[in-house]
Amino acid sequence: MTTESFTPHAQRARTITEQHLGDRGPLMPVLRDLMEEFGHISRDDVATVADVLNLSVAEVHGVVSFYHDFRTTPPPAHTIALCRAEACQSVGGEQVFAETVAAHEGRDDVEVREVFCLGNCALGPSGMLDGRLHGRLDADRIAALTGDWR
Amino acid sequence: MTTVWVPADAAAVSVGADEVADALVAAGATVRRNGSRGMLWAEPLVEVETDGGRIGYANVTPEGAAGVLDGHGDCLGVVDDHEWLAGQRRVSFARVGVIDPQDVEGFEAQGGWAGLRRALTMSPADVVEEVTASGLRGRGGAGFPAGVKWKTVLGAEADTKYVACNFDEGDSGTFADRMVVEGDPFTLIEGMVIAAYAVGASEGYVYVRSEYPHAITALRRAIETAYTHGFLGRDILGSGHHVDIHVRVGAGAYICGEESSMLESLEGRRGEVRAKPPIPALKGLFGQPTAVNNVLTLCAVPMILADGGRAYADLGVGRSRGTQVFQLAGNVARGGIVELPMGVTLGELVEGYGGGTRTGRPVRAVQVGGPLGAYVPPDRFDVQMGYEELAEIEAMLGHGGVVVFDDTVDMARMARFAFEFCAVESCGKCTPCRIGAVRGKETLDHVIAGRDVERNLELVDDLCNTMTKGSLCAMGGLTPMPVQSAIRHWPEDFDRSHQEQEGVPS
Ligand SMILES: Cc1cc2nc3c(=O)[nH]c(=O)nc-3n(C[C@H](O)[C@H](O)[C@H](O)COP(=O)(O)O)c2cc1C
Ligand code: SF4
Ligand code: FES
Repeated sequence: MTTESFTPHAQRARTITEQHLGDRGPLMPVLRDLMEEFGHISRDDVATVADVLNLSVAEVHGVVSFYHDFRTTPPPAHTIALCRAEACQSVGGEQVFAETVAAHEGRDDVEVREVFCLGNCALGPSGMLDGRLHGRLDADRIAALTGDWR
Repeated sequence: MTTVWVPADAAAVSVGADEVADALVAAGATVRRNGSRGMLWAEPLVEVETDGGRIGYANVTPEGAAGVLDGHGDCLGVVDDHEWLAGQRRVSFARVGVIDPQDVEGFEAQGGWAGLRRALTMSPADVVEEVTASGLRGRGGAGFPAGVKWKTVLGAEADTKYVACNFDEGDSGTFADRMVVEGDPFTLIEGMVIAAYAVGASEGYVYVRSEYPHAITALRRAIETAYTHGFLGRDILGSGHHVDIHVRVGAGAYICGEESSMLESLEGRRGEVRAKPPIPALKGLFGQPTAVNNVLTLCAVPMILADGGRAYADLGVGRSRGTQVFQLAGNVARGGIVELPMGVTLGELVEGYGGGTRTGRPVRAVQVGGPLGAYVPPDRFDVQMGYEELAEIEAMLGHGGVVVFDDTVDMARMARFAFEFCAVESCGKCTPCRIGAVRGKETLDHVIAGRDVERNLELVDDLCNTMTKGSLCAMGGLTPMPVQSAIRHWPEDFDRSHQEQEGVPS
């Protein structure tokens, strides 16, 4: 074991993982809770989880890398997730996406990413801004909603 | 004090329902939160209680909210009598938008738990028989008869069995699972308890996509309430039966809606598709017999048990029995939930209920059944919505999504997108899908650029055949459906070299 295991972060990761030891198939709930707590899953967290759940590091890493939600680096201050799926495309979603990407170029505090369907397909274009769902979006509306992000 | 209803459904909230609710509280109204009626085109839709019924106001803004208390605004009249709703046949969605989703007594007052109570007086085999008689087929996409699946699980010898509810709802253009869970979560719980009783399971898992935070909260709250009221846990309603339900949240992978991939994910692995056999009904979650069913399949079950399988089977067309919860989406004037008996025509949905496009331009294409479904042109609007009826025109029902496009759509780009989506979301286990999708996208890029169009379209056709025949699951196996339907019905959109010769920029 490395000294890493004794940092407050590592202790917390261990506690979170241990809370799921009674679950059947605990890995996904553990990784979700780590994301909730830290915003990302670090290499050290992967090692901690593997240790507590008695899995190999490779196995845990393989799961982390498979799912779009799991990130291995800390998130920026804000995220804009815009839907690029068909129903939103039919009402101009691709243009909203392109304009939003362009508007945030060079900003390292904002991440613009694509998602495929948020279940709001009759009120598109749809997106999630800092985890909040919005419908009938256009570039102006996004600008208004993100105005105080700077 | 006037009582008003404001939906807390995620779609309504996405266009300002919470702010409208706040404004109504400030104006002195008693605000109750319901699910959405499914008239998404009217959201935020506020309903004011009167002696004559609940009067609806469409597209209410925070500024206009106080006005509805005095009858100002875009009034729809009594919502239950509105033509858009009155013509529907709401079975699974009967209570959605009507009740407070978390009010377990309100649920019971509107017919809730009747199916469960009746099921518990029957033998498990008789419950399975009732579901078989209803003709209910899986609403997740594959359309497999629910009763046949349950019979297999019931007959399997094992100490532990599971019910796994597929609430991954990844198909674009679909939102019915989300809306029924947000608007009437006890119906899903009731359906799962009946399923568990019928197949001999005492544990159920709900696998819900992470994109649905409102639904996750609503479901968890309802499950807690169901435990405290004796509808979950030990000795349900004094029957001696024990059922627990766990909620598990996905992590943003479309393929985890495929049932074996979902089971892998539930077990804590990468969501890679399992080879069949064995089928999940015999060897599913943690290696045990498992009934995997979609949310809408399970939500049809309470009514089938309450009113009898015959009543459900009396609705529908051909081998597609009962009702289907259609979801009108995309560029459509009146998008939302339309629940009708199977067999309604596509035209009645798109032109009738949907009212054509939102932009007011002509409809050019409709994608039916999610991202793996075919694009259907308006000259096929007479097709009846049923599994076999759609198959006859090389389309599919899928999860009941209907996505409308106007005449500005470029079908070559939509075909390219189908490959792109498959490339992003493929689980990577088999080569035709993993490589084919990437190659398909690249090849269509050439077509779109007008390079060597004829030869490249031949290549696309080859790729599609390989993917159809050689893929392990329907992700790779059905991606050719949107691609080939686009090429078949709108060849002019792929004919870019011709356009270039004529000097039309591509
Ligand atoms: C790529 C792919 C994605 C799927 N996504 C879903 C989904 O999101 N929800 C769902 O219920 N079924 C989905 N299915 C179908 C399931 O594999 C399975 O047929 C279904 O959950 C069985 O339940 P049912 O018989 O009640 O429909 C998907 C299938 C494939 C091939
Ligand atoms: S078809 Fe695609 S998604 Fe399905 S098993 Fe093969 S690689 Fe995975
Ligand atoms: S397609 Fe964009 S929210 Fe469903």
